[in-house]
Parts: sequence; C-alpha cells; structure tokens
Amino acid sequence: MVTSLQDFLRQLLPLYPELVVITIALTVLLLDFFVERRNKAILGWYSLIGIVIAASMTVKLMGTTGSFFGGTFLLDPFSTYFKLAFYVACGLGILVSMKFLDIENIHRGEYYALMLFATCGMMLMASAGDLITLYLGLELMALSIYVLAGFMRSDSRSNEAGIKYLLLGAFSSGIMVYGMSLLYGMSGTTNLNGILAFLRGADLSNPVLFLASVMLVVSFGFKVAAVPFHMWVPDVYEGAPTSVTAFMSAGPKVAGFAVLLRMFAHTLQPLHADTSIILAGIAVLTMAVGNILAIAQTNIKRMLAYSSIAHAGYALVGLAAGGPDGAASVMLYVLIYAVMNMGAFGVVIMLRRSGARGEEIADFAGLGKTNKTAAFLMLIFLFSLTGIPPMAGFVGKFYIFKSAVQAGMIWLAVVGVLFSAISAYFYLRVIMLMYMYEPKQEFSLVQSPALALALAISVTAVIVIGVYPSRVLDFARASLIGIL
Amino acid sequence: MIELIPNQLGYPLLSLLIFVPVIGAIVLLAVRDAGAARWIALLFSVVELGLCVPLLGNFNSSVAHMQFGESMPWITAWNIHYKLGVDGISVLFVGLSALLTVISIMVSWTAVTDRVREFMIALLFLEAAMIGVFLALDLFLFYIFWEAMLIPMYLLIGVWGGPNRLYAAVKFFLYTLVGSVLMLVAILAVYFAAGGTFDVLTLMNYKFGRAFQMWAFAAFFAAFAVKVPMFPFHTWLPDAHVEAPTAGSIILAGILIKMGAYGFLRFSLPFFPDATIAYTPAIMVLSVIGIIYGAYMAFAQTDFKKLIAYSSVSHMGFVTLGIFAMNSQGLEGGILQMINHGVSTGALFFGVGVIYERTHTRVIADYGGLASKVPVYAAFFMIITLSSIGLPGTNGFVGEFTILLGAFQHKAIYAVIASIGIILGAGYMLWLYQRIIFGTVTNPHNEHLTDMNPREIVAALPLVILVFVVGLYPNAAFQVMHASADNLIKHVHAKASVVPAAVQAAGALIGN
Repeated sequence: MVTSLQDFLRQLLPLYPELVVITIALTVLLLDFFVERRNKAILGWYSLIGIVIAASMTVKLMGTTGSFFGGTFLLDPFSTYFKLAFYVACGLGILVSMKFLDIENIHRGEYYALMLFATCGMMLMASAGDLITLYLGLELMALSIYVLAGFMRSDSRSNEAGIKYLLLGAFSSGIMVYGMSLLYGMSGTTNLNGILAFLRGADLSNPVLFLASVMLVVSFGFKVAAVPFHMWVPDVYEGAPTSVTAFMSAGPKVAGFAVLLRMFAHTLQPLHADTSIILAGIAVLTMAVGNILAIAQTNIKRMLAYSSIAHAGYALVGLAAGGPDGAASVMLYVLIYAVMNMGAFGVVIMLRRSGARGEEIADFAGLGKTNKTAAFLMLIFLFSLTGIPPMAGFVGKFYIFKSAVQAGMIWLAVVGVLFSAISAYFYLRVIMLMYMYEPKQEFSLVQSPALALALAISVTAVIVIGVYPSRVLDFARASLIGIL
Repeated sequence: MIELIPNQLGYPLLSLLIFVPVIGAIVLLAVRDAGAARWIALLFSVVELGLCVPLLGNFNSSVAHMQFGESMPWITAWNIHYKLGVDGISVLFVGLSALLTVISIMVSWTAVTDRVREFMIALLFLEAAMIGVFLALDLFLFYIFWEAMLIPMYLLIGVWGGPNRLYAAVKFFLYTLVGSVLMLVAILAVYFAAGGTFDVLTLMNYKFGRAFQMWAFAAFFAAFAVKVPMFPFHTWLPDAHVEAPTAGSIILAGILIKMGAYGFLRFSLPFFPDATIAYTPAIMVLSVIGIIYGAYMAFAQTDFKKLIAYSSVSHMGFVTLGIFAMNSQGLEGGILQMINHGVSTGALFFGVGVIYERTHTRVIADYGGLASKVPVYAAFFMIITLSSIGLPGTNGFVGEFTILLGAFQHKAIYAVIASIGIILGAGYMLWLYQRIIFGTVTNPHNEHLTDMNPREIVAALPLVILVFVVGLYPNAAFQVMHASADNLIKHVHAKASVVPAAVQAAGALIGN
C-alpha cells in the first residue's frame, strides 16, 4: 500500500502546482468561517503564500518535461512560462483587491477562492495536451470569473456584468465545442499532437477543417476580446468590481493567448496559410475598433476596456505573423501587457473612495498636483501602454511588429504602428488631466501596503523590462521549445 | 569606410554625456526645495557642458571615423548593441545641446515658479535623450532616444506652456509620433534586409535594392521631414513654439528640429543613396517652397513667437536645400546653418522669453520704443536679428552663403529663389525689430520696463560670442565637420553609382 501511495504521489508530481492552488482555494473557503469580517485580508495574504508556493514548484518542475496522464497534460517550457505569468497576474490581482474589497464592503473569502480557481483553470489551459483538458480548464476559469464579475451583489451594474459575461461566454463555449467536435470528427482524436499528426497528412482544402478553425478563432476571439467578438467587454469591464476588472484584463486574456498559441502555432500549424489571413484581418479590426472607440470614452474603466481590446489586436498581429518569433512576440507581449495594465488599474483603484466612484476620466484632473507619486506611476503605465520607450510596452510592440515585418507582413506592421500612434491620443488625455488641469476636488487616495506593493512591482517591471529586456526576452524564446 | 575608433580617454566620455543629466534628474527627485532644484539642475548642466571640453579638445577632425567609440551587447537575441560614437557631423550638436540646456535653465530661473523641480527633471531628461540621439550608432538605441524625447517635451509644453498649451502639446506629440512609427517599420525592414543588424556603420556600407531604398527612404522621410519641419509637414511647429515655455522653445528651435536634418545626414543619405538622388528634385522643391512660404507667413504674424516660428520654417528650408544639393559646399553649409540657426533662433526665443517675463504679452503691437527703456536688451536683440538675417560678419551670412553656393552648383534656379527668401527674411526681421524696439513707447505698461539683469546677460553672452566667432572665423566650425562631410558626399556618390553601373552591365549582358 505504501509503495503504491508513493507511486501515486509520484505520478501526480507534474500536477503539484495545480494541486497546491486548488488546496489553498479550498482551505480559504474553510478558513473563511473562522476569520472575522475586518480581518479578511489575512485570507488574501494566505492565498498569496499559496501562489508563491505553487510558483516555486513550477520553477522546480522546469527540468521535467513530457506529457502525462495519457497525453492530456503537458509539462513543457511553454506551459511553465504561462504559469509564471498567471502567478504574476493572480498575485498582483490579490494585492490590488484587498483594500478595495474593504471599501466596497464585499470582503469575503469566496473572492480569493474564486481567483485561485480561475488561476488553476488558466494553468490547466496552458498545460492542456488534449481538447478535453483544454475545455475543462477554460470553463473552470470562465465560471469563476463570471461569479467574480457579479461579485457586488447589490450593485446592478455588477449584476449586469456577471449575467452578460455568462450568457455570451456560454455562447462562445458552445461554438468552441462545436469546432472541437468537428476536429475530432475529422481526426478521430482529441489529442493535440494526434490532431497535428492527422493534419500533416490530411487534405487541407477540406472545408470542414476550415470551418473548424474559424469556429475556434471565433470562440477564442471572444475570450481575448477580439473584434467583432468584443461587445461584452466594455460593459463587463465597467460593471465588474475594479479589482476583478484588473485581474480579468490580465489573467484570462493571457490564458486565452496561451491557448490560441497552442492551437494555432502548434496544433493547427499546417493550416497557418489560411488562418494567418483571418487572424490578420481580425487583428486589424481589433486594433481599429479598440483604439478608435477608446477615444470617445469618459469612464476610465471603459477606456481601459477598449484599450485592452486594442492590445489584443497587437498580440494578434504576432499570432498572424506566425513562426517562432511571432509566437515568442505574443508571449512577451501578453506578459508585459498584463503587468502594465495591472499597474494602471492599481492607480484607478487608488482613486476609489467611499462616497465617490473615481471612475470618470475627469476625476484624474489635477492628480499631478495633489498626489505626485500616484500621478507619476500612472504616467509611466500610460506611456508604456502607448508604447513609448524606454518603457516595457515599447519592447513588446517592437517585437510584435518586428515579427510581422519578418513574416513579410509589412502592411500589417504599418497598420499596427499607425493605430498605436492613434492610441497616444486617449492615453495622453489622462496624462493631460493629471498634470495640466487644476484639481477639482480634494483627493484622499486609497492607500494600503498591499496596493503599494503591487504598484511597486508593476512599475519596476515596466521600467526594467523596458531598459533591459534581454532576460525576459530570452526566457520567452526559450519557452517555445517543444511546441514549435 | 567609416570605422569606430574605441575610446582612449580612460573614462567613458560619451556614456557620461548621456548619463550625467539622468543622474541629475534622479538626484532632483529627492529634492523638495525649488531654489535648491534650480541650483542642482544648473550644476549638472554645467558639468555636462564641461564634459564637452574634453570632447572637443580630444576630437580628431582630420578623420571621418566615429570617435570615442563605446560598444557592448545589449539585447543579444536581436543583435542590438549599446554603441556610441561621434564624428564631425554630430560633435557640434552635442556641444550645442549642452550649451542650450544651460541657457534654458538660466532663462527659466524666475520665469518658472510652478513645479520647478519637475520642470528641471524634464529638462535634464530631455537633454540626455537629445545627446543620446546624436551619439547612438545602433538604430534601436537611436530610436529609443528619439521617441523618449517626446515625453519630456510633451510635458514641458503641456504643463508649463501658454494658454493654448494642451492643443499644442498633443499636436506636437501626435505629429511626431506618426512620423516616427513609420520610420520604426522601415528600421525593421532595413534590419531584415541587411541580414539582421541595427548597426549603423554596417548598414552604411550595405547596398539595398533600389525599390527597397525608395520606400524605406520615404518612411524615414516621414519621421525626419516632420521633425525638421519641411513644408507641408510644418503645421505643428508654430503651435508648439508659441505655446512652449521659453526654455522649451529654445530647445525645440535649437536642437529638436535639427534632429530631422541630422537624421537625413546620418541615415537617409548613406543608407539609401539611390533613393536620395531620385528624391532630390522633390525635396529641393519642397525646401524652396518652405523658404518662401515660411518667410511669407512670417510677414503676416502678429504674435512675436509665431513670427520666429515661421522664420524657422524658412531657415530650415535652407538647411535641407544645402544638404540635398549633394555637394560638399551645400552639405557643409547646411550643417553649419543648423548650428547657426540653433544659436540665433535659440537666442531669439531667449529674447522673447526675457521680455515676455516682464510684460506677459507676445503681441507685437503691444511693444514699441523699447530702445529707450531697455538699451542692453535692444542691443542684444539687434545682434541676434542681424545674425538671423545673415549680415556679413555674423554666423548667418556664412551659412546661407555656403548653402547658396552649393545650391547654385546643383541647379541655379533653386539658389535664385532661395535668395529671394533671404531678402524676405531681412524684411520681416527688420520690420519686427522696428516695431518692437524703435519708435516711441505706445503702451503705458512698457514705461517701467527693467533691462536685462546680470543673470540674463551671462546666459545671453555665449550666444552673442558664437554669432561673431562663427561669423568671423567660420573655419573653426568647418574644420571640425569637413572630413566627415566630405566623406559622406563621396560615400553617397560612390555607393549610388555602383548600383546603376551593375544594372547596366547586367543589361548589356542580357542584351548581347
């Protein structure tokens, strides 16, 4: 019995990080009963410790690669890279949440548990070697986020956000399963490597294959908020609690791209000639709609929602470019995006005071006078989102457009940089309000050690990656081994 | 063939030039007091200017190579290096940047009272980025500095500028950004076409295909023509100049708009010689239009600063006219005129700033008869006006004369039309001078004007000295740039002629 238990545990070894995250999530639910209302932040720190432990296990497992549990679960540098990105997104998400939940009076243990469940779902998505695992992870993530989006039960906007996200999400999942079933029908397997092997020998002009890949593009397009599947984004981003919006714009989006990469750069690679042009078209649409509609917004969360649509567009440019550099550029970009966007949302959360929402862009007026640090951090995040050196956002965009030029898609790079220049307009408007207008009101910013830590981490990452990107860049490129 | 001569000084002079202002800006972050912030900023900018002494002292003007070279790997995955060097073309701009920054800080001493520390931080970051642009020998590094410059300049205009500053700041940012991002795509295309290198010296010797050159040149042109600014890409300049604080205007006129022309010299000409020659007629025509149009517009202005801004459009037309004349007179005249324009227009904006600080009006009609009230100022303004007009004995004359010499050799008609621009220039500048300085005091507010104080005189003095040094002994400047400019012209002609010859040979073979 003992040896078999040991065997069993050894077999589970590749799953340890996921198991840790799940265990912590379940114990958070238990501990929730014993922690008093005003001390709920303890659960947040507890969850953070769990994330750190899971991260250290993932790092330890870096040497171990292979496919496990009948090929349904993969452990490769690619999944490791994304798991680390998820830990960052989740960790920052928890840090920016703690004080915010107190203010909103929704500080409950379920919140952290749901975040951890979502993170676990993302980890499964990154490690999926099989359509079933992929779908499982995706739903675990999506269901948790639906609940989180509607977490402010008494707020009608939050309710709307949750319901809207759920309905449209369910719809897109349906399309995805349909696409997957077509793939299964053609190839007779749900295993990603199996499908790849089938496609290599298949007649690629078969319209069913094309239909299947279109359906997958549509459904993943929904998850990463690509146009024309983006309609839910502004409402959900605006309605959801700001801390959830921050997490949502980072975690699930990165996970969506992890799956997109796994599918389109690996499994469906033989179809690249066809999918590339679809992806390029969607990329152009996404950049156009995101950047142009962002100009018209007056609510900072809606503006960042459209901005997050636009950023999905840039990442799709890298995906359309394809090849090792295209894939690596997407990986680098989504990581940088997650960090800088998290930082920007962190500052937005600082403006949330009881009694005032602090969500209008106009609320930023005069921040540069009243709170220099907060304004300066926002300045750095916004310039980074615009893609101005020496911030990390520039490095990310540079790599994206570099891979597009390399793939011979110069037109796509030109479109991308022009929309990127347009984006300067709405990011600059916030900077303008902060520095070039007089303050309209008293500022008493939300301050907490956790939020300060989150902002410090993000700003350091944005500047360090911007000035010396080599380490992260090499890591992203090395993480492609095994999938390409 | 230009090489990088490694730095022999024992200390990284060029890196110091870039990082001394950055360190100054970081030190300022810890300072709370406005007075201390001014002194610290001045100290660092003077140290920076002091670093130009060994730079010019040890500069070897007899060779065209890049000197004081520094190179180390930066982003190995993309083959990007941190690579710096100066040659005869860039060395003068480094010195000018350092000088104008000191002057900008001095002129802002009492003019800027709001958020002084932040103002000085922005100025020092701007200085670091400007000098970085002139020193970078890796396209990626160059682009970083080129774009990073936008942030402090945007803030300088937007936070400390005039009433319509928001519009001007955004317009400046968007215009230059759109041009720059197109160049970024071309930089990437160049990188792949040349087999994966951003190294400027390697790219100079790489022969790109003719069709490739044509559109890559156009994309670089988008960035540089906006910056110069060439007609019809100039519309951001009057707004930006008018709304910027005095220090911003000085830097903008003195250095920033020179970078466009510098970009032509450093990248467009050596990388794309065939395209350069193919586009030359169009660029010459645009330059001439810019000269006449800028002068014509300057006549119509009622705003002191706007008049000078349009005169910049006209003067920069001379610069591009000289550069694209494609002979050594034109080129050297163009480079010299860039320095001259930096000095004289910098000084003109300085002059506007000095008087604006006292009167808070830029409307020309509000002035008149200042000669009797502020004689020192009137004398200073006279010298600068004459320099701007190009009176013999001042720097402006040498530059414009040499450019016309070059343009005449290229095609007489350009020189003829451009000289009309000189006459117009004398017209609007003297008329401006007359309206401001001569006559009787019509505005009661000007009755009690105080003359330039010692601080302002000290700040103005280097510019006045430069006006005469360059005017009377232009060889001092020509000597420094001659080897590099000469080499550039030879390089362009040699490299351009090779391709058609090869094509002809191929054609002959096929024909036979």
